[in-house]
Amino acid sequence: MTLFSQRGWRKSLTLLVAASAIAYAGPSRAAEGEGSHGAEASRQDWTFGGLTGHFDRAQLRRGYTVYKNVCAACHGMRLMYFRNLSQPGGPEFATGNVEQFASEAQVQDGPDDNGDMFTRPGKPSDRFPSPYANAKAAAAAQNGAVPPDLSVMAKARAVESSGAWYMSPFHWIRDIVTNYQEGGPDYIYALLTGYAEPPAGFNLTAGMNYNKAFPGHQIAMPQPLTDGSVEYTDGTPGTVDNYARDVTAFLMWSAEPKLEERKRMGLKVLIYLVILAGLLYLSKRALWRNVKH
Amino acid sequence: MAHQSTYEPTNGFTRWMDSRLPVIRFAYDTILDFPTPRNLNYMWTFGGILAFCLGVQIVTGIVLAMHYAANTAVAFDSIEHLMRDVNYGWLMRYTHAVGASMFFLAVYLHIFRGLYYGSYKAPREVLWIIGVLIFLAMMATAFMGYSLVWGQMSFWAVTVITNLFSSLDTVIPGLGTMLVEWIWGGFSVNNATLNRLFSLHYLLPFVIAGLVGLHIWALHVPGNNNPTGVDLRDPAKETVPFHPYYTTKDLFAVTVFGVLFAYFVFYLPNYLGHPDNYVEANPLQTPPHIVPEWYLLPFYAILRSIPSKLGGVIAMFGAIAVLFFIPWLDTSRVRSTRYRPIYKWFFWLLVITCLGLGFIGAKPPEGGYVIMGQIFTAYYFLHFLVVMPVVGIIETPKARPRSVADSIFGEGGGGHTGAGRVNQPAAAAAEKR
Repeated sequence: MTLFSQRGWRKSLTLLVAASAIAYAGPSRAAEGEGSHGAEASRQDWTFGGLTGHFDRAQLRRGYTVYKNVCAACHGMRLMYFRNLSQPGGPEFATGNVEQFASEAQVQDGPDDNGDMFTRPGKPSDRFPSPYANAKAAAAAQNGAVPPDLSVMAKARAVESSGAWYMSPFHWIRDIVTNYQEGGPDYIYALLTGYAEPPAGFNLTAGMNYNKAFPGHQIAMPQPLTDGSVEYTDGTPGTVDNYARDVTAFLMWSAEPKLEERKRMGLKVLIYLVILAGLLYLSKRALWRNVKH
Repeated sequence: MAHQSTYEPTNGFTRWMDSRLPVIRFAYDTILDFPTPRNLNYMWTFGGILAFCLGVQIVTGIVLAMHYAANTAVAFDSIEHLMRDVNYGWLMRYTHAVGASMFFLAVYLHIFRGLYYGSYKAPREVLWIIGVLIFLAMMATAFMGYSLVWGQMSFWAVTVITNLFSSLDTVIPGLGTMLVEWIWGGFSVNNATLNRLFSLHYLLPFVIAGLVGLHIWALHVPGNNNPTGVDLRDPAKETVPFHPYYTTKDLFAVTVFGVLFAYFVFYLPNYLGHPDNYVEANPLQTPPHIVPEWYLLPFYAILRSIPSKLGGVIAMFGAIAVLFFIPWLDTSRVRSTRYRPIYKWFFWLLVITCLGLGFIGAKPPEGGYVIMGQIFTAYYFLHFLVVMPVVGIIETPKARPRSVADSIFGEGGGGHTGAGRVNQPAAAAAEKR
């Protein structure tokens, strides 16, 4: 009859499930074509995706090393404190390590009893140091382009799903069914590994760099990672691919430090609600059994 | 329906209260004993779901306001502080953000249910009008709440939407500019703007709560409509008390809705938001595409479909204003679309149009999207201004059950909802015009 009758609802639900199945089985690359932005990124397999997602401690520790030795030269993370590095759900460095990382930074403090500002070694309660005093200083040092803060970068970027317009609803359903929230990390990984020689005929502005993943393909940031540029102490090979993957995971954690707590609680809440819904349905049915309606 | 009170105070205290402030009698009559049609389907559970949504938004919102600082210098960071350093702050914030989307999802289903079953028709016009006012207040509240994040999309959405009023300059030169500067409290979107948005965002939910009270009052005078759209005749046979029959059913529906809600809060908290809102507001840098939240996209598409700025603003507000007149634009005597063979097609065309407008609103205004947006906009208005009055006159409705009792107890009227369409030649002849 209509979608509002019970049979109709069931039919539309079946259709929806079938549609998501088709969408799910379809191409899994987030962006195949060259859209108006030309951002190109494929889906990576992250430990923090999915219903039971969690961070890989060793990976976050390596990622912090990459950030500290490479990214931190130009990019600040003003929302991060050294103490975060030892809190549960993150890289979980030992407190001693965190104190040592913090003490490597020189922090301005004060005023002291004489009214003077002074510098002291950092403490775990201090923020990550910023490479520049302010945005003007950053722009002056970086040829006019201000390196953005990386604290929540993994949530501030996404992969635009391209393809024919009529495919969009299927992509939405696929992303919802697979709870895809890793567009930011996929983009960052693609960007860090996307440096290449510009194709023949590409008009590259002087001082810019060609990048396959960056919208418009011209990025001010020079290629930050090269094989062997950061020393890993846990035996992981020092390749660009590993650096990119590890630092991306680190950025996802810094953007979403409560991700593990959230996903753990979410599973419990969902199981609870599904059981409760089942019991309530049985109560409702028992109650209405002898009431014609 | 307004019914005789059957409440009996049972002890000294309730008798004492009943002769002073009969609030217990009121609660008993409206929540427990209220006679409700037996044949309501699950589309009637969205009222309860919406009350749940409003409650969730108010509770989480009050907690968020304890940690939020409405100052352009620290607003963005105060939210990140909440997400990182406040116990379960992330849960409060994601529930509130996802909650807004869930609220709109439920309200849209609720509105389309009202449209399908003719719940706006006499004697429920005032009920419908209060509903449209709630919808309007919800949109204003959601828009202001989104601006408080003070990310790039917040800032630029406020800039675009407040600037709409400057289109009044084409009517009276200077009027629009004056109005916009008054709204801003300055010459651009600034700290004063953020402060008043926060103040109003805190106020409006309580206005909504008040309107919801009126909405329920206006519902309880004529009583619920039902899927047949036929007036109740014999409450004893056709209704059941709200409690326990509908409290249990609604609770089940709210819990199922809660599964979807929780899935988004815990696993897709940012899916319905825009990544640019994790970049702090920067008045010097315009994002490539400025888009509102998904639930406002249809109206945004209408705004952009009209080539003139003032025209677009009029069309956008007109799209909501037209809803107030639906009770009088629909000329059909038949409430439920179930018995309206011609209108049924137009109803689903309207659903497709609204989904289409939402889709167009998310796309950049270029090429085929502009033309599609204009076609959808045209149909949106045609539906209410032409289709509703004309189809109501030319259409021959299908046979309706003589009463709700007939649809429940008549031949084949057992089992489940939706099976109540009984073809009775005598009744059909009587009802046909």
